[in-house]
Order: sequence, then structure tokens, then C-alpha cells
Amino acid sequence: MEKFTGRVWVMGDDIDTDIIMPTEYLVFKTIGEMKPYAFSPLRPELAAQIQPGDIIVAGKNFGCGSSREQAPEVVKALGIKCVIAKSFARIFFRNAINNGLLLIENADLADDMKEGDEITVTVNEKIEYNGKDYPIVSLPDNLVEIIDAGGLVKAMRKRNGLED
Amino acid sequence: MGHTMIEKIIAHNVGREVKPGDIVTVNSDYVMLDDIMMPFIVSKFKEMGFKKVWDPGKVVIICDHLVPASQVDDTRAYHISCDFAEEQGIGNLHRSDGICHQLMTEAGYVKPGHVVFGTDSHTTTYGCVGAFSTGIGYTEMAGILGTGQLWVRVPSTIKVNITGKLPENVMSKDIILRIIGDLTAAGATYKALEFTGDTVENMSVASRMTMTNMAIEAGAKCGLFAPDAKTAEYCGIELDEFQASLKGDEDAVYEAVMNYKAEDFVPVMAVPSNVDHVVPISELGDVNVDQVFLGSCTNGRLEDLMAAAEILKGKKIAPYVKMIVTPASRKVYKEALANGTLEILSAAGAIITHPSCGLCCGRTGGILTDGEVVVATNNRNFLGRMGTSKVNIYLASPKSAAASALAGKICSAEI
Repeated sequence: MEKFTGRVWVMGDDIDTDIIMPTEYLVFKTIGEMKPYAFSPLRPELAAQIQPGDIIVAGKNFGCGSSREQAPEVVKALGIKCVIAKSFARIFFRNAINNGLLLIENADLADDMKEGDEITVTVNEKIEYNGKDYPIVSLPDNLVEIIDAGGLVKAMRKRNGLED
Repeated sequence: MGHTMIEKIIAHNVGREVKPGDIVTVNSDYVMLDDIMMPFIVSKFKEMGFKKVWDPGKVVIICDHLVPASQVDDTRAYHISCDFAEEQGIGNLHRSDGICHQLMTEAGYVKPGHVVFGTDSHTTTYGCVGAFSTGIGYTEMAGILGTGQLWVRVPSTIKVNITGKLPENVMSKDIILRIIGDLTAAGATYKALEFTGDTVENMSVASRMTMTNMAIEAGAKCGLFAPDAKTAEYCGIELDEFQASLKGDEDAVYEAVMNYKAEDFVPVMAVPSNVDHVVPISELGDVNVDQVFLGSCTNGRLEDLMAAAEILKGKKIAPYVKMIVTPASRKVYKEALANGTLEILSAAGAIITHPSCGLCCGRTGGILTDGEVVVATNNRNFLGRMGTSKVNIYLASPKSAAASALAGKICSAEI
């Protein structure tokens, strides 16, 4: 199982996709141009502070609101290794999987977590923080297939005979 | 064992019985693509290696978020939309006819029992005519354009049963806000909402649209009303045997049932900055209002404009309030013009704008700044939605919005 350690940014409940990527920046041509504005309504300084390999730990309903896929794409583009939340909104969950952004549901970690601390994630098994283990529930098979293919675009390219 | 509405729609689509939790691949009866997502949809479609959309007649492209343009960059999405429609032979292109969620039923696309996906979260709206419709991202939309199909998990259902007669100044907006407040913003995540009872049976299709539009604000995958004679008239059809069967069976299994008495509803607002933070207007105290927004796919229909006009007829809104009225579609605009509603609103001091998403997504006509208060009839009061992150957005019904414009402070229509 893949195992990694990262520094954590802590967020609350109901972090909506207007916060993750405000509407006014959606017309930019590339996700790269949108990156500096990620999370700006809530924490304007955050995008510049996030380093590749960092992890977001949040409360319930992360990614609620608009269907804008720029939200998970920009989180991935910032180098966030995974988002761990008490729960995820439905559309964000699908969009993240389709872009290969790892999401992990855990009910307890957000309440215990202190921003800036490090955690270690063993995919589909557990999160380790402060000497304690937090279990992870594994994903359904059809989602694992999409992730294994490298996201939905690659899965479709394979279907269309453009990739093996 | 009986079935819920969503189980019946999905079963009909896939040709076999289904139960909650099943993962099935459904065929799309229509897809809705909005301008702001088009550049990404087209680029993913090509990247996936597709050349032709699976069925041009089932694809509807609607320019609404960025028309007319408020920044020069906005025009790029418009041209990509029009070029893709031409290249693919897609005739269902709306360049400036109104908001996508209004047009999908109004222009005659979505019918009871359809399965529809759109690249906007408020695609849940079409449940107002008994269709399963929900929002998706642009990568999944690109996949559907190529294949016509998408996998879904059959949701469990929460039944919301409302009986009795609504108080005079309570609108369907007050009902759905209260339900979202009770469920919370995540309370219906992955689930279907099924609205039943004589209160909703007596509602117009327009009022039902307000409720299904906001089902997503409780996290729901869809919101559904059983199609009836009003639905058939609105859609210009006679219900066939399948469509007429679309209601939850007596012995269907529901995850939960929420029962409400219509008489218990009061005018409410969702206060900054969460849609599930719902408070009776009578408890909101003295709050001055800088701006009022009447419009959007939630409450920009003729009955909404007429409800506001009834309150504002022969009166003037407070001098310091800017009231912006944005009809949901050109059809609504023309009807409101023809029956004198726009004249009443304009005479009262309102600014009437072109039909579009407009202020709801904070792009055109009337964005606000730090500390300002707006009473708005749309569906989201998130941070930064209508200007800076320090704008205070209160979500309300058209009647409460009009009353607040008149008083220059937050109030409901009975005052």
C-alpha cells in the first residue's frame, strides 16, 4: 500500500466550491492561472503557503455547492496529496476521483488535528497522528478502476484505442 | 415490495429492477452544458479521443453565466460554445434566451421520467416535472458526450410530506429553506428527496421548481415531484403509462420521512453565509438593506415577479435600496412585459436587467462590497458569491425580498 507523510492544513465544515475556487476566476484559460486564488474568500494567504505534498484535513461536507470541477483540479494542482474530511459533497467526490485527487473519509481526525502537524497516511488502511491510528474505509471497485486507469480521461482514451 | 420515484425512473432507464446502493450505468435522455464550463468540456472531449457526440439531438448548450459578457475574457467561452455546436451539428443552442435551468423544461426538452445530467449543480431543478436530473463535472460530461452514458449509485430516498394550506405570505422558497435548515447542508448527501402531500400537489410547477432547484443545498442528488395534470400541461404532453406511474409506492422503503404542516411555515431567510442557517424573519431584528436581487433559476419566474409586483404596486422602494430584477428567461421577460409586471416594478424603482444568471454568480450587474447587505431570491449565500467575501447575503422569497426593498430593511410581507 502507498504510504506518505505530509504537513496538514485544517479547515472547518461546509467548505464550498465557491470558496475553493470563486466564480470570477473560472474563466481563466488554465488551472495554473487559478491557483493563486484557491480558498481566497476564506483564507487569501493560503494558496501561496501550500507546498506540494501537504494534506488538507476538514470537517463535514467538504466541496459542497457548485459542480465546478476547477475546485478539485486546483487543489490537485497546488500539490495537495490528499483531502481527509468527515464527509464529502457528492459532485466534488466524483470530480476528485475523475481527476485522480485522493479523498479519504474519517469522522474523527479533524477534531483532533492541529494545523501544521504532520500525519502519515497508508492508503486504504489507516492514518497515523500523534501516536494514534485512524482507520480508513476502502473505495468501491468501480471507483478504484477509474483511479487505476489514471482518471476518467485516460479511461476514455483507452476505450477509444489511444492508450493501452 | 414497492419502489420510490427515483428507483422507478432508474429501473425504467436500465430495463431492470434496482435498489438503493446498486451501481448502474444509465443512458442520458438529455445533457445540459453551460457556457462557463464549455472550454473545459470541449478540451476534455478531444483529449479523450472522441470525434462526434453520441447524439447531437440530446445535447443542449446554454450561454447564461457569461452573456452578455462582463469581462473581455467571457467572450471566449461564448465562441467555443457556438463553434462546438456548429462542428457537432448541435441545434439546441441558446445564445441569450435565459438561464439553463429555466430553459431545460420551459423550452420543452425535459419530460417526466427522463434522466438528465448537467454541468451545474442546480441541474436538480428538473425534478419539478418528475425527471431524475443532477449536476456533474466537465470531465464526466465529456465522457457522456462520447458515450451517452454515466454510472450512478441508486440513491435512498427521504420523503418530505407537507399537508395543509400555506399562510398567505409564505412561498415555496420559505418551505425549501426551512427543510434545508432542518436537514443541514449535508443532510441529504447522496440521497433523493421526494416531495409529497396536498400542499405540494396544489403548487404550480414554477413553485415546485424553486424547491427542486435547492435540493442540492441539502446535498441531495435529486429532488422529485410526482408528475400530475399540471406537469402534463406545463410540458405540453399527456402522461403515458410509465410517467403516470411515477410516484412513490405506499410500501416503498424510505430512509426517512419528514412530515410538515403547511400552517406551521413562516417567512424565513438563510442568513450569512450558509444556506442551512435559516431563521424566521421575525427574529432577525433591525437590518438595513443596500440591495435586493429578484431573479435567478430559483425565483426568477413570472409568478415570482408578479408576487413582488403585488407588494410594490403604486409604491416606491426605499431611496437608498438598489433593487435588481432579472427575469429567468426571455419568455418570462416578455410575459412580465406584456402583463404589466415589469412596468409596476420599474415604476417602484427597480432596475430591470436582461435574462441571465446575472448577479447570482457574482459576475454581472450589481456586485457588492464589504459590509453591504443584500436580500436575494437565489440559492446561495456563500462567501464571495456576489462580490467581496464580506458582503452579507440573505436568501429570501420574492415576497420577502419585495417587502424588504420597500421598507429598506429586512422584513417579511405582512409588515
